[in-house]
Amino acid sequence: MKDFVAWLVRVVCGVRLLPAEALPAGPAIFFANHSSHLDFVAIWAALPATVRARTRPVAGRDYWEKTKLRRRIAEGFFNAVLIERQRVTVANNPLAAMTAALAAGDSLIVFPEGTRSPDGAIQEFKSGLHHLARAQPGIALIPVYLQNLSRILPKGESLPVPLLGSLSVGPALALAEGEDKAAFLARARAAVQQLAA
Amino acid sequence: MQLDQQLIWILGGIIGLLALSSTITFFLKRRPGGPNKVVANLDARVKAWWAMVAVFGVALATGGLGSVILFGLLSFFALREFITLTPTRAGDHRTLFWAFFIITPLQYYLVAMEWYGLFSILIPVYAFIFVPTRSALAGDSEHFLERTAKIQWALMVCVYCVSHVPALLTLKIKGYEGQNAKLLLFFVIVVQISDVLQYVWGKLLGKRAIVPTISPNKTVEGFWGGILSATAVGAGLWWATPFTWWQAALFAFLLTLMGFFGGLVMSAIKRDRGVKDYGTMIEGHGGVMDRIDSLCFAAPVFFHLVRYIFT
Repeated sequence: MKDFVAWLVRVVCGVRLLPAEALPAGPAIFFANHSSHLDFVAIWAALPATVRARTRPVAGRDYWEKTKLRRRIAEGFFNAVLIERQRVTVANNPLAAMTAALAAGDSLIVFPEGTRSPDGAIQEFKSGLHHLARAQPGIALIPVYLQNLSRILPKGESLPVPLLGSLSVGPALALAEGEDKAAFLARARAAVQQLAA
Repeated sequence: MQLDQQLIWILGGIIGLLALSSTITFFLKRRPGGPNKVVANLDARVKAWWAMVAVFGVALATGGLGSVILFGLLSFFALREFITLTPTRAGDHRTLFWAFFIITPLQYYLVAMEWYGLFSILIPVYAFIFVPTRSALAGDSEHFLERTAKIQWALMVCVYCVSHVPALLTLKIKGYEGQNAKLLLFFVIVVQISDVLQYVWGKLLGKRAIVPTISPNKTVEGFWGGILSATAVGAGLWWATPFTWWQAALFAFLLTLMGFFGGLVMSAIKRDRGVKDYGTMIEGHGGVMDRIDSLCFAAPVFFHLVRYIFT
């Protein structure tokens, strides 16, 4: 069932299956530009089945818990890690849920811009990626660039247009010794941007 | 469709030609000197031709409806490749939805129901009015004329022009009733073989590029060699058409010319957008649009000439 949905997503979005050799063996954090609801689905669908089975998208709890259906899709089908975006407290610290998933050996799909870009341009990265990199030193941080998905399903639209999207994956990054937050986030964002060219 | 003797000869001829091509590439691959890029591409192309002929054969065998559905799907995929390549904005989203899911199926539905009057003006008139109106309602004026022109052009080339291929089946030619599948085959064979022969002659003798800034692979030698030999193939198929041998030759000559123009224009668009192929759907050939570019201009011209002279 999941393989079929992944195939269907690839057909609709025009995204191709990534070869297993292109990805590291262990758990990783895939971070990508964000412009469409299709983004996490497209990355999920492009991953080789064995990697896909152990990869969890990170999504905003406020959006995905609004209705029963959304919750079932997010948690039941995609095994998403739902995080608090608005009223963050020590008790619901989003970092804890993510690091727990990584510690359990799962990979994550994150969108460091925090929300979908209105015009497709890559916005500034929020600090979450840096916190994750610090909490899990040595984890492979893999930049992903998604092209055209905002044209397939732009923000605010519910019906997709069947254009051909594409997905490119860059070499893994790691947090450098003593690298400060702003420099790291700028470097991570540049790595995604570079794949756009 | 009635499966007459002539149809079997044509299909047999195509299969024979493909078998010959496969045999040649088989021996080329075994030549000493290791793998060769040109041979690998040739091999992929021949294999894709087998698949394309099989799909086309099945569509023809199921009669008119099969061909309408096949070319409708080709239009859909070509439109997808074309719009992907040409920048549009969020304000065009609803317009594009209509283009893909309403206008394209409707155009082919009109072919299937043989409503010539509306089929021939749906896109040039009604889509022409609808597309800019829907985009204007979305309220984004940035690059408006450019965006509108792109969508209208994509619909004309990918949907309107291509839909004239299955529309050949609807022509009522005296003394040729129930045999239009052969007319469609004549058209597709002449245009496609002209592409192949221009490629072959160009690889063998090609020196001077016709328009080097747009397509360095299209040479004067390839052009004349391909056009003349494809015209000869078309003339040699006169027995399967409603034409005399010299009419078949004239039509074939015209089709090869239109095919060349279509290919050239689609290449100019690819150059402008900085890509080599429209897509990756057909191994060795590129995208759907790369394979049907030569059909686009030839189809409406052939359809209307045959309709004007023979019906």
